[in-house]
Amino acid sequence: MIRPKYELYSLYSHGVSGGWGALSCSCYCILFYKFRSLRMLPIDPTKKISFSRIVCDGDLVIVYERHDNMKAVKVCQDSVLQNRFGVFKHSDWIGKPFGSKVFSNKGGFIYLLAPTPELWTLVLSHRTQILYIADISFVVMYLEIVPGCLVLESGTGSGSLTTSLARAVAPTGHVYTFDFHEQRAASAREDFEKTEVCNLVTVGVRDIQGEGFPEEFSGLADSVFLDLPQPWLAIPSAAKMLKPDGALCSFSPCIEQVQRTCDTLISKFTVLIRSLMGLVHVSSASLLDIRTFEVLLRTYEVQEVRMNCSQGDGGNLGSLIRKRRRHSGKGNNVQDNLSSPTVMARPCSEAKGHTGYLTFARLKCLS
Amino acid sequence: MSQNKSQAGTIQNPRVTWEGCSVLLDINDGDRLVFARLSAAATLKIGNKNFSLQPLIGCPFGSSFQIENGDKGPFLSRFVASMEGNNAQEKEDFESQEISKDNRALVDNNKAQSLTGEDIDAMRRQGATGDEIVDALIANSATFEKKTLFSQEKYRLKKQKKYAPKVLLRRPVARSICEAYFKKYPARIGFLRVDTLSLLLSMANVSANSDVLVVDMVGGLLTGAVAERLGGTGYVCGTYLGVTPYPMDIVRIFNFSDEVCNRIVRSALTELSLTQTVTLEQIHQQENELNMECLSNPQMSSSVSMEEISPSEKEITVPVPENAISLVNKMGKSTKAGNKASQQAIELWKENGFSSLIIAAPELDIWSLLQDILPLLSNSAPFAIYHQYLQPLATCMHNLQLGKMAIGLQISEPWLREYQVLPSRTHPCMQMNAFGGYILSGTKICSS
Repeated sequence: MIRPKYELYSLYSHGVSGGWGALSCSCYCILFYKFRSLRMLPIDPTKKISFSRIVCDGDLVIVYERHDNMKAVKVCQDSVLQNRFGVFKHSDWIGKPFGSKVFSNKGGFIYLLAPTPELWTLVLSHRTQILYIADISFVVMYLEIVPGCLVLESGTGSGSLTTSLARAVAPTGHVYTFDFHEQRAASAREDFEKTEVCNLVTVGVRDIQGEGFPEEFSGLADSVFLDLPQPWLAIPSAAKMLKPDGALCSFSPCIEQVQRTCDTLISKFTVLIRSLMGLVHVSSASLLDIRTFEVLLRTYEVQEVRMNCSQGDGGNLGSLIRKRRRHSGKGNNVQDNLSSPTVMARPCSEAKGHTGYLTFARLKCLS
Repeated sequence: MSQNKSQAGTIQNPRVTWEGCSVLLDINDGDRLVFARLSAAATLKIGNKNFSLQPLIGCPFGSSFQIENGDKGPFLSRFVASMEGNNAQEKEDFESQEISKDNRALVDNNKAQSLTGEDIDAMRRQGATGDEIVDALIANSATFEKKTLFSQEKYRLKKQKKYAPKVLLRRPVARSICEAYFKKYPARIGFLRVDTLSLLLSMANVSANSDVLVVDMVGGLLTGAVAERLGGTGYVCGTYLGVTPYPMDIVRIFNFSDEVCNRIVRSALTELSLTQTVTLEQIHQQENELNMECLSNPQMSSSVSMEEISPSEKEITVPVPENAISLVNKMGKSTKAGNKASQQAIELWKENGFSSLIIAAPELDIWSLLQDILPLLSNSAPFAIYHQYLQPLATCMHNLQLGKMAIGLQISEPWLREYQVLPSRTHPCMQMNAFGGYILSGTKICSS
């Protein structure tokens, strides 16, 4: 029997038994609690982002070196951070407000940011391919996840989506996430303790494709999310878990997977699910509102440029000269022919081409 | 255990309709979307008849309704999809017969159907159901057999939509409201597409116990979506320039409980700003005068729903307790949501700052607005700005970089494409929306 953790005060007791093994509460967690540090999710209203909040020993901070270079660091009185900008003492950080600029011994600097699920997605260690903000935000919106919801997820992977799901259901809801890989489940649990969402998330080791979701969630789930190699095997169980009018989402990189999943979603079926108690006959379920999407983000870069207004030889149009480029002694007449600097935007040439297809469905009301 | 959980959930998102609640009616699989408020007098027009919405009260969201003939005429009746057999056999038929048929012999001259309009009316008068009419049309079509199976399916669906329409009762939530408005009245929500809205909520880290500052000039959709994610905790404070708050009628469609409504407040930017040049009394006075005007002149704020409902619908305030959990949702002009922020709250926000900021203001000068608003944001707080045009955001981003006011700046343009996934007919949809706006996101840093 799985007893989920939902008591907010019991940071120490994780009532988990059965085949998962006990969740060990590291002294890490206790440190956080004792020092009343800033939390990623302000479950306790006194611990949210505010002017008065400062970096404390034991806090998780996001170190921002550059737009594409960030890492998560646990602040420790005696530790240092070393990078190409120099050596940064953690002790210099303690007592400063979040969002501060901090300096190294060489005068280089970084910024200390408060962790959010978005920043966490960009810094977490990838044990598997993860979901990024475009897919994550769309899934949370389309599955209609709000505080108080009960969400089932499989596989957990690196916990990128899971962290955002935890935010969406806080403070009264819960996320039950399953992965069939024991080590990855353990790493995920560690991460959830680091980011302090562990009392909103329960990680189980289970083969959802083979066994389906645990019986005791039948009819209780507001939403189910699947990121599995063969999600059609889990559809019958997912349908059983959902409340009427509950929503389901399956993420698959390949179109063949999507076709097979939709096939299973469209046909009305009678299923036999083998459960711990023997063969259980499940009455027909049917799903509607089956929709498949692709979501991507295109980013833009912004630069201040000056247009070359002169007519070149042979009447060529002028070329764009970026303000920052050094003009190597070309003479003043070039400068005179430049327009005043204008801020211009253009799409970045690097972009994600594809992450996966998102297929959504809704459980019909049959009563 | 799960009892408590589902109870807590029920308060936030009730699954059964009640008298006075807002609903989204989906007619014929998204062909037509209508917002309505359920009451004894509410009606829905389908074809050239008005159908009472009374049968919808007390039904779970997600129920389907079809037209049935009764003693007093046709009415909307709830139906549950029958348990059809496995479609495996049909699929095999698809594969085997497909190779032989194509449309070379079909001529589109409008002469294929032998049933006339009068014949159909006669059938209706005799009490034939919609499905029976569809079957008759198929039987009387000279070209039906010559069509491919896919074409036949398409034909049947088309006739069903016309003669046997189905009404799906949808729960109004951020997703469904945004999609409906984007389809029907996109200008009213500033062309804010559902994936863009979802990005705004994520990028601004909207979560329970947050104090979110919004500039909502998209009819209240943004405010409602934020309030939904707050779930009755924290605050969403809608701020505005000048003394007139921006309309937020769409918030009423969300069916928010009192708990959630109390978290939706409004305050003029001048009141929230740290440097006050106008005294509070003066602001209150001006606001009161304008509020009086608003109440007596309801046409000032854009009427969001109801235009599809017949004018005989009366807005009656009838609070109905739902089971043991009394969910009183009063209709009427006095919106519970959108009250003025209390002085206490304002003082707290001045002390702590807001935990995030979202701006959706297509008509405002973003940079000058941002200069006034950014000081209200806490350190390391994320912000997300939605705009339809790239240039203002580019200028903003550049200035923020120069002024070292924020980091992690990014201008994103979301891209969304839907697919049709059917056996042997999988491809992206033929129609697509090409533009969902731009978002400038970033994190505020400590001023050095």
